Amino acid sequence: MTLTLYVPGAGVVHRLPAGVKLLALVVLAVALFALPSVTAAAAALAGVVAVGLLVARLPAAVLTRQARAVVWWLLVLLLVHAVTTDLRTGTHVALRLLTLVLAAAVVTATTRVSEMVRVVERLCAPLRLVGVRPARVGLAIAMALRFIPVLVERADRIRAAQAARGGTARGVRALRTTVAPLLVQVLQMAHDVSEALDARGADDDPPPRRRSPEVP
Amino acid sequence: MKTRDLAYVALFAAIIAVLGTLPAIPVGPVPITAQTLGVMLAGAVLGARRGFLAVLLFLVLVAVGLPLLASGAGGLAPFAGPTAGYLFSWPVAAFVIGWLTERTWDRYNVLVGTVVNVVGGIVVIYAIGVPVLKAVVGLPWAEAFWSGAAVFVPGDLFKAFVAAAVADVVRRSYPVIERPRRAAGAR
Repeated sequence: MTLTLYVPGAGVVHRLPAGVKLLALVVLAVALFALPSVTAAAAALAGVVAVGLLVARLPAAVLTRQARAVVWWLLVLLLVHAVTTDLRTGTHVALRLLTLVLAAAVVTATTRVSEMVRVVERLCAPLRLVGVRPARVGLAIAMALRFIPVLVERADRIRAAQAARGGTARGVRALRTTVAPLLVQVLQMAHDVSEALDARGADDDPPPRRRSPEVP
Repeated sequence: MKTRDLAYVALFAAIIAVLGTLPAIPVGPVPITAQTLGVMLAGAVLGARRGFLAVLLFLVLVAVGLPLLASGAGGLAPFAGPTAGYLFSWPVAAFVIGWLTERTWDRYNVLVGTVVNVVGGIVVIYAIGVPVLKAVVGLPWAEAFWSGAAVFVPGDLFKAFVAAAVADVVRRSYPVIERPRRAAGAR
């Protein structure tokens, strides 16, 4: 498992602010559904691929991987439309879907996770009115990212401890001997982490202009 | 929200992410994954509000560009694809499971939990996922149901049972859902 889907680069697309790229994605989606023309959809697809490969200089694998994930659906879609409506409508719907999926992949591959997190925090700002503190959202994201490797390590440790006592439990028995104890262990850990955070003032009002943690 | 609740929310977002690294069983277009097990656990262990937020946090992590969905998918693309409805249904499923678990807390056992998880984890997820699949791909209802729901029922029933069995052990050893006030006062 790679850490992120971000592909480093220094081109124009990479340097655009994350908010602008997300807005462009929304505009593209609305336009694709508003314009009922196959040529417009085909042009949009060509445009997205050109931006991804030539302007942002992403490896083709970034796009083919996402295309592979939906290719089965595109075939089903074409087949169903060929039977029920006509091939033209089917082609249009398929092009639209592929364009959106690839455009989303380009945005993800050219935007750092930390930048995206900052956009999320900014989008949460209006929620302040209902009592959501954006900095707390950032804290939750940071904690979740830190917990992922910890969970893997704890699971390995329990497995190793059982192997040392002669074999691992399988099937339903494993639920009681492995999964449930692991869950209780990590719930306790999360509780300890929260107390440590509170002791260091995490529950206080944060200082203004706090930046979210850097994640590549 | 207390920092402790925030930590629990983050923990379950991480648990759903780790379950995504378990190998998925590819059956046609929508793979069978262990991640819905995490969604069920979030509701059954944390309750409605925190369970909902945990799954929402997980989806935010995926959306900002981390490859945390089963088979290493991630970023914004899955939210634009045909199976986006399933993703959007997950927080709702966790909420429904959490709400029902809180209501049945005093007589919770593996059987009650399994029923609760089936209602929230199977009925709710298909009720949202299948119509979105149908709308995006333009399938007739029958095909959408067969390719988007029916093949998963056996696996999902098993996951509902597993989540209930685990939640039941956690309930007895480290309960996170607080007992309703009036029930506690009556004893």
